[in-house]
Amino acid sequence: MAKKTAVSFTLNGSTVDVLVEPRELLIHTLRDKLAHTGPHIGCETTHCGACTVDLDGQSVKSCTILTVQCEETQVLTIEGFAKGGQLHALQEGFMQEHGLQCGFCTPGMITRAYRLLQEIPDPTEEEIRYWMAGNLCRCTGYQNIIKAIQYAARKLRGEVVETSHPLMAEVSL
Amino acid sequence: MIPRPFAYHAPDTLQAVIALLSEHGDQAKLLAGGHSLLPMMKLRFAAPDHLIDLRRVKELCGIVMSGDEIHIGAMTTEHDIVASALLAEHLPLLVETARQIADPQVRYKGTIGGDVSHGDPGNDHPAVMLALGASFVLVGPNGERIVPAADFFLGTYATAMEPDEVMTQIRIRKAAAGSGASYAKLKRKTGDYATAAAAVVLRLEGGVCAEVSIALTNVAPAAMRADAAEASLMGKTVDDAAIAEAGRHAMEACEPAADLRGDEEYKRAMAGQMVERALRAALLRCAA
Amino acid sequence: MNEITPDLSRLERLEGIGCSRKRREDPRFIQGRGTYVDDIHLPGMLFGVMVRSPYAHARIISIDTSKAKAHPGVHAVLTAEDLKPLKLHWMPTLAGDVQAVLADGKVVFQNQEVAFVVADDRYVAADAAELVEVEYEELPAIVDPHKAMDADATVIREDLAGKDVGAHGARRHANHIFNWQIGDKDRTDRAFENAAVTVKQDMLYPRVHPCPLETCGCVASYDAIRGDLTVWITSQAPHVVRTVVGLLSSIPESKIRIVSPDIGGGFGNKVGVYPGYVTAIVASIVLGRPVKWIESRNENLTTTAFARDYWMTGELAADTDGRIKAMRVNVLADHGAFDACADPTKWPAGMFHVCTGSYDIPNAHVSVDGVYTNKFPGGVSYRCSFRVTEAVYIIERMIDVLAQKLGIDKAEIRLRNFITKDKFPYHSALGLDYDSGDYEPALRKVMKAVDYDGLRAEQAAKRADPNCPTLMGIGITTFTEIVGAGPSKSCDILGIGMFDSCEIRVHPDGSAIARMGTISQGQGHQTTYAQIIASEAGIAASLINVEEGDTSTAPYGLGTYGSRSTPVAGAAIARASHKIREKARKIAAHLLEVSPDDMEFDLDQFRVKGDPARAKTMKEIAWAAYNNVPEGMEMGLEAVDYYDPPNFTFPFGAYLTVLDIQKRTGEIKVRRFYALDDCGTRINPMIIEGQIHGGLTEGFAVAFGQELPYDEQGNVLGGTLMDYFLPTTMETPHWETDFTVTPSPHHPIGAKGVAESPHVGSIPCFSNAVVDAFAHLGVTHTGMPHNSYRTWQQLRALNIAG
Repeated sequence: MAKKTAVSFTLNGSTVDVLVEPRELLIHTLRDKLAHTGPHIGCETTHCGACTVDLDGQSVKSCTILTVQCEETQVLTIEGFAKGGQLHALQEGFMQEHGLQCGFCTPGMITRAYRLLQEIPDPTEEEIRYWMAGNLCRCTGYQNIIKAIQYAARKLRGEVVETSHPLMAEVSL
Repeated sequence: MIPRPFAYHAPDTLQAVIALLSEHGDQAKLLAGGHSLLPMMKLRFAAPDHLIDLRRVKELCGIVMSGDEIHIGAMTTEHDIVASALLAEHLPLLVETARQIADPQVRYKGTIGGDVSHGDPGNDHPAVMLALGASFVLVGPNGERIVPAADFFLGTYATAMEPDEVMTQIRIRKAAAGSGASYAKLKRKTGDYATAAAAVVLRLEGGVCAEVSIALTNVAPAAMRADAAEASLMGKTVDDAAIAEAGRHAMEACEPAADLRGDEEYKRAMAGQMVERALRAALLRCAA
Repeated sequence: MNEITPDLSRLERLEGIGCSRKRREDPRFIQGRGTYVDDIHLPGMLFGVMVRSPYAHARIISIDTSKAKAHPGVHAVLTAEDLKPLKLHWMPTLAGDVQAVLADGKVVFQNQEVAFVVADDRYVAADAAELVEVEYEELPAIVDPHKAMDADATVIREDLAGKDVGAHGARRHANHIFNWQIGDKDRTDRAFENAAVTVKQDMLYPRVHPCPLETCGCVASYDAIRGDLTVWITSQAPHVVRTVVGLLSSIPESKIRIVSPDIGGGFGNKVGVYPGYVTAIVASIVLGRPVKWIESRNENLTTTAFARDYWMTGELAADTDGRIKAMRVNVLADHGAFDACADPTKWPAGMFHVCTGSYDIPNAHVSVDGVYTNKFPGGVSYRCSFRVTEAVYIIERMIDVLAQKLGIDKAEIRLRNFITKDKFPYHSALGLDYDSGDYEPALRKVMKAVDYDGLRAEQAAKRADPNCPTLMGIGITTFTEIVGAGPSKSCDILGIGMFDSCEIRVHPDGSAIARMGTISQGQGHQTTYAQIIASEAGIAASLINVEEGDTSTAPYGLGTYGSRSTPVAGAAIARASHKIREKARKIAAHLLEVSPDDMEFDLDQFRVKGDPARAKTMKEIAWAAYNNVPEGMEMGLEAVDYYDPPNFTFPFGAYLTVLDIQKRTGEIKVRRFYALDDCGTRINPMIIEGQIHGGLTEGFAVAFGQELPYDEQGNVLGGTLMDYFLPTTMETPHWETDFTVTPSPHHPIGAKGVAESPHVGSIPCFSNAVVDAFAHLGVTHTGMPHNSYRTWQQLRALNIAG
């Protein structure tokens, strides 16, 4: 076993210290050592985006980042989104617009969408499709994910939001 | 999908990088964005004993104008290229190319220097570098040298860079007034390498082709210039017939290898199609 | 105030059938608090990885594990020799075959399991796996199933030497698994002889993989003191796993607890029992510590349950008006090296005999031969009920072939052949009893929505224009599915009938817990099951806690695959709800001192007929169930139902797509896709729409890019997401959805199941559109996947590509 290195970084606002081999991947540190199991492992080849975290203001796939590269960085994972029991607009949007099914891609999807909305607060559908292309979903077909991101964008801009799936639309007495 | 053990170094200066490279020789690998190298290491196709991370070397970053040239630090990410107003104005071809590379997350980490110096014929920047006549600043224990793109790409994973050298900067002349350029890439899906792609830079004078460069991605052991295609266009009106003619020359020039993306015949045909597609787009972008 | 208003608000509070209730699963998933198998960390847990064969077919000369065992942090290295004393080196498959857990003398597919290394963590395990030294002697590999039964073909399964009869009858060759036939061959042959027109077409449905985003894995934890085994596992059928583990290990089922926690998508991939599960369990028992095994993506794509790989020849006989008189189908099925198909025991080709589709075809005959090849085993459904995708593919392709031969419009030929509404229940020539259907209005609705005539006119204009850079294709499918396996008289898994179950307990405060034998992998059972109970038992969905997936608490069920949850478990839920309601009726009558017959159910209460002011709410009744019940009645308010369906259900749909093919490059752009589905009673329209979007996207992926090709040595090519096509936002088309409602007459609430229809229906729709683009040039078929490369080859053969 190679010599371990101490690494400190900020995870969802708190400082964490870990002792890792240089070869340890960030996704394994987060999941196996720091009990942050929100980011998932889907492909291990940087294709699926399930492991996406926000690293110093960039969306990255944490299966292809070494933990030692994270010294003195700021890492945001899905666990850092809800504040004081309040869901983030994106979390609300994904629920209201049915933007998830099995939920496995969802943490990476939301984390990526967060950075997208920081960079483009009012994205068109075309822009969302382009800038979300690093995250695979096998269940939803993306259409409701796009709606969820638009829902969140509207909410974050202070506009009125409502679900496109009214509860009683198909119910009659 | 776990890399073999290695020692990790993250020096602050170029000098320290070169010292480490000199010390460890071919036991060491440079880590830029890591999105080519780390997957290879996870598959255990690559197993360096020392990994030298360039992320702390500040002098490798940044995009600046220097006279007629634009100097791009080798550690500049694809995302920075896509977002660069300077490049959008003076080298839009680079922006168009970077937008077609991999996916958003990979573009945040992937660097132009890594893409160019890896020597992978599937990478997109090499052909664009050839088409733009870029040159590369390489720094080694004996100092700095500048290698033109035309002399850099030697074969698959083979470049003119020595094992103890670091690519620090890419230098490209800003686009000539009135010129148009395009990068046309056929790929199976997001994140894939090109089945075939073509970079074109075109300038017209008096309605005829006064200057043209055409380079191809992933249809030969290394990125290549399509000289005959270029020659066929010089001095001519760039109409449908001339474009088709250039495409045919490009098809003849390339030497693709069959893989899951298609056989040689298909890739050859697509090289021609991408040349035609890029030429048409470049033509539209040329000032009238 | 309108009298309806209070009822609507009560209905809204109930969140019952028909409501687009927001999902109860979502709060944990959107906050990263789901619990998938790899999220489970137990004290002292070890990590196991497989050592796999680089060869498709080879004899194992020796395995040297000494270096691996000596590596620091390694706890065990298991090989077949270690499993032999436990009789665990082979295991039964769901198809009546056996499969090597760890290779026993020979490897028969690339990446086959050879040794299992258990170490402190995944890093040490990966290092040690490299140190296991295996010496192989390579043997010739059979990759082409057409060569499997050649006289001189190499024998793949030496363990079956001398067995002339397999689980499904006689075997003609050492590499033959079964021949299965259904239908009246003589009558069908005669109908072909007498027919005015016949057509015949060969087609391959290639080997694809369901590829859920979460790979397979488990955490096995054996408690030596208690003698209890707990396994958290990525399984779509945890109870079946418990029975299999019990059979293999001789541990009584009462000591085995199988938990399917949150599952990151299944699509059929997570039905079977895989060697990794077995070796992790053995390692945990041997070492007395928890052992985790998680597949890599490459392992998932190249060793666990593929789908399809059907070489089909279809034939139709018809009159000159295009009315079909007979259908004949021959199939060569490549099952890989072990027959591990996940079909009901009696059906080696699953429900393939639904291949007469939505059409009134009087005569039909099907013959399927299964063969062994040096490929990985599986043959599961991939978002379809047991080979229904293949069945729908062949009939929907063949009817287009017939239409082209006769020059009849492809919508018109379907309208001429539909089983008409008055013929339901309909007995098909291949012996199935379709429960309900109303096909013509569905197709007409779609044609109107997309302006079908306008599209055909546009296509004609483009065909007439030689300078048009694209070919335009219009694809139609009007498919019938068969889901809800199934009646136990015809469907079982390992001898256990394919019923499903529900257990509801209403607590004194009127809230309830409901447990089922199914397990959601994204379908939203926690949400929709509660809606059924809400409507059928009058308890607000928000008060109902739905649990499934833990065999220690849930009643035995056969699991979730083949769109069986709603047709089977959904029925059990409705019936258990009715039992609750009937007991509640008696308690309410007792409380109000009237006869139960004088009580009527009204959303969430029972009221006295003719005196609606006198009523007891379900909340009041629940309280009374624990302190004031009629004399002789047991206290409490709970019900159990094991539902054995009388028949399958037959959802259907009408799909139409429009696409444009670039003549020079073969690139295809799907311009429009309109999907009308009829799944009977709609429980949650929002979730139905989501399921349809997902199924269409998986169908798009299969039609346009997914394949697992092999080279001649049996190496799997493209076993990572670099090559295997999972479409992103950029590739995926926009979907339009629509519906009609034709309830199932035999299902307690008329529901039929929906998740698979969009997959089953869309794939032939895409193929039909691609072929339609070339139809005026005499093309009758083109193989999947319709990637640009293959499409370009077609264009080039026709001298269109330039």
